[in-house]
Amino acid sequence: MTTTTALVAPPKGQTVFERLRGPWRDVVVLTRRNLVHIRREPMQLSDVTVQPVLFTLLFIYIFGSGIPIAGGSYKDYALAGLLLLNLTTSALGTAVGLSTDLSTGVIDRFRTLPMWRAAVLVGRSISDVLAAALCVAIVALTGLAIGWRPDASAASIAGAFAVALLFSYAVSWGCACLGLISKGPESAQSMGLIFLFPLAFVSNALVPTQGMPRWLQTIADWNPVSAVTSACRHLLGNPNPSGSIAAWPMQHPVWAAVGWSVLILAVCAPLAASLYRRRTTG
Amino acid sequence: MIEAEGLAKRYGETVALAGIDLEVPAGEILGVLGPNGAGKTTAVRILTTLALPDGGRARVAGYDVVTDAAEVRRRIGVAAQDATLDDSLTGRQNLVMIGELSRQRRSDAKARAVELLDRFDLSDAADRVMKGYSGGMRRRLDLAASLMTRPPVLFLDEPTTGLDPTSRLRMWDVIRELVADGVTLLLTTQYLDEADTLANRIVVIDHGRVIAQGTSRELKEATGGARLEATLTEPHPGAVAALAPLVDGPVHVSDDGRHIHAAVRSGSGLATSVVRALDNAGIRVDDVEVLQPSLDDVFFALTGHPSEADRRPELEGVPA
Repeated sequence: MTTTTALVAPPKGQTVFERLRGPWRDVVVLTRRNLVHIRREPMQLSDVTVQPVLFTLLFIYIFGSGIPIAGGSYKDYALAGLLLLNLTTSALGTAVGLSTDLSTGVIDRFRTLPMWRAAVLVGRSISDVLAAALCVAIVALTGLAIGWRPDASAASIAGAFAVALLFSYAVSWGCACLGLISKGPESAQSMGLIFLFPLAFVSNALVPTQGMPRWLQTIADWNPVSAVTSACRHLLGNPNPSGSIAAWPMQHPVWAAVGWSVLILAVCAPLAASLYRRRTTG
Repeated sequence: MIEAEGLAKRYGETVALAGIDLEVPAGEILGVLGPNGAGKTTAVRILTTLALPDGGRARVAGYDVVTDAAEVRRRIGVAAQDATLDDSLTGRQNLVMIGELSRQRRSDAKARAVELLDRFDLSDAADRVMKGYSGGMRRRLDLAASLMTRPPVLFLDEPTTGLDPTSRLRMWDVIRELVADGVTLLLTTQYLDEADTLANRIVVIDHGRVIAQGTSRELKEATGGARLEATLTEPHPGAVAALAPLVDGPVHVSDDGRHIHAAVRSGSGLATSVVRALDNAGIRVDDVEVLQPSLDDVFFALTGHPSEADRRPELEGVPA
């Protein structure tokens, strides 16, 4: 027994730091595992690499030709929306990835190890936020290449990207819940689309909400995606027609964006943890 | 090291375990023998903290599997029935990951992985993605993963089911080596010969209950031991007399006089003795076989009915 225990770190450290080190290392190890998966199959990343380029070009040149934007070009208007569209739909990866893990025996193996159980979820969310950061960079570079220009300080621009990533992180926890209640990767994929597409499109991301029917506009103006898009437009110094809408989130887009993200996280992270526990306890 | 008392578990209407007792003293190997759906995997899942029992108690390495699950996990290694590693990682990456998640330092995990890959003949495949591994290689890697932290208690759930005979023998060698290291092991299997060659003691379970236990010799005595089958080139009146001293009980001869069968106590060299005895009597023989009792023979002897393995709904591996 002595030789056995010598190989395993002591169960509890004295300080908070030491007690957190174990769980943190579990998260790092599992994040690295997810990144190895990506390196092995780079096409997994197509939703944050190829798709953003494609969406950005398609929407700007096709929609842009028919939508006049007060106070600027459609290009400048649409970029923040495309950022959100791509981030929101790519959060699907969390649902699919988690559901794939659950469909194999690997989670059972993890559960027989003396590791922090939630590390599976946290590691997944961290590798997904890294992918989301790549997505942000690709959308921004594509935008710059075709003439999008932010008009704000560097700090403000960084703030815009940070707000978008925070929201994407929150949505990925929502998608983790979907992955945990779905029967398999395929159903996670289709459930995610049913949930994420309306979320991404019934918003001000691609067209100003002023032209929508009254009831739809109300929904769109209170959609978290609209708040985050407006916040990004505001912080990037791009045209933001929603600024003239009376709904509270459109008047205070940055607060609304952060508030929505925190709220989604506060609901979905504990829910995901509890679903995970239920799903993996027989 | 492993003690279970009245373990019970049901999945909906199906009773997976109807209250079983198990005991494995330190350094011993217990073989849990039973057909598909007997409750073997359920028992292992409870003992390895993967499932909660509906009734009964179990302690592993001195800790309760329900109330002290975390302490149990620090002291066990588990190789499940389906290889439970990451297909998209290499063999080495898998082992290092398991080591690190068991809170080994990365450098220690790497060194231990090299040692185990070498020991299990996987060094050449170490840096290949696991997807391309054969069934035998997967099982060996899975076993290696469960040994990363040198756990004192090991659970192997059907370690050779689905393997070809060569891989199976290779796996047996590997398990024997572990046994020599002094690990406490609980092994489930559907094969009597596997339990026989690897385990000190055997528990036979069926319908979630223990129906017999003892050493393999005791069990074989209960089942009447092995069976001799010989095929003569042509019928010969002296065959029965020639074989009588070697067998247990009567020698049966088929209607055509060429096929002979009898119960025997299996011993090494029995087939040779049979051939020699027949040869000395001037009898020519085409084929001699000593058949070990199968699981079905054991079941038939113990319960008077076949194991029903094929008629029972698949229970092993019920929901995660």
